[in-house]
Amino acid sequence: MSVHASWYLVLAAVLFSIGAVGLLVRRNVLVMFMCIELMLNAANLTFVTFSRALNDIGGQVAVFFVLVVAAAEVVVGLGIIVAIYRRRVGATADDAHILKG
Amino acid sequence: MPTLLAAATLPDAITFAVAAVICVAGALGVVLMRNPVHAALNLVMTLFGIAVLFVEEDAQFLAAVQVIVYTGAIVVLFLFVIMLLGVDRQEQVFADGFVAQRLVPLLLGALVLVEVLLLAHQHWVTGAAKVSGAARGTRTNVVALGRSLFTTYLLPFEVTSALLVVAVIGAVVLARRPHRVPEPGELPDGAVRAAPPAEPPVPSVGGGEGAADGADDETKVVSR
Repeated sequence: MSVHASWYLVLAAVLFSIGAVGLLVRRNVLVMFMCIELMLNAANLTFVTFSRALNDIGGQVAVFFVLVVAAAEVVVGLGIIVAIYRRRVGATADDAHILKG
Repeated sequence: MPTLLAAATLPDAITFAVAAVICVAGALGVVLMRNPVHAALNLVMTLFGIAVLFVEEDAQFLAAVQVIVYTGAIVVLFLFVIMLLGVDRQEQVFADGFVAQRLVPLLLGALVLVEVLLLAHQHWVTGAAKVSGAARGTRTNVVALGRSLFTTYLLPFEVTSALLVVAVIGAVVLARRPHRVPEPGELPDGAVRAAPPAEPPVPSVGGGEGAADGADDETKVVSR
């Protein structure tokens, strides 16, 4: 039997907070994307922990779907980033304020 | 909150502690490293730690998928993009820009953390058990997960295939080079040249999107 579920939930909360802070602090678009992955993984850890604590397979199924959505999101997001970088060399998130209708 | 050894054996507690330290250290590395390549490698460290925790929590299939999909595919994709764009420049994380722009996120993050921990002070896990099947029991983890996916969650599972197809098509559309305006005197895209030019042997002249056109397309777009 592993350690109590609350320890896992605290760890997931810490990871989520670090990811959120990183998303707000960093300006490199790629690193911001990595922080989003960090937050997704914290949520996954929460799902699996609840799956174990409640003895319910639904949490693991949810993690499965999160993985699929994360893969799709990364593909499209990196495509957008490559498209932006192709137009502007050295673009950070601050440079995207030129985006206007 | 119960102590670390309340319901666990010593090896389980040690495994959790080591994996947790690895996860938090990797997460801090992602945020604090200046070089994006180093940030990606720290992300790998965190993802491996989370895979270890998945094994600890009897989610063996998800641990394997975590390593294969996240560290094997997603982070490699990140590294490919970093190498492709040549954006592995250093970035001062806390140096330039407004101080408030760096300080307010830290405050907000601490607030979120404290709020979650306070809210969950007493009631960590509540809810109904075994709504969509037992996670543990006579069946192995893979059997239980597969049975649930292909019976209860069959429709969402099929919808994800549509999602993946849309994502692939979107990536292809985004990765296409912008349409080239033919210069005066040049034949438009798709037109077949009557006589091939004598100078260099260019493969697939009428293609327009071919690899041979890539170099001058790039310079044209950048100089615009």
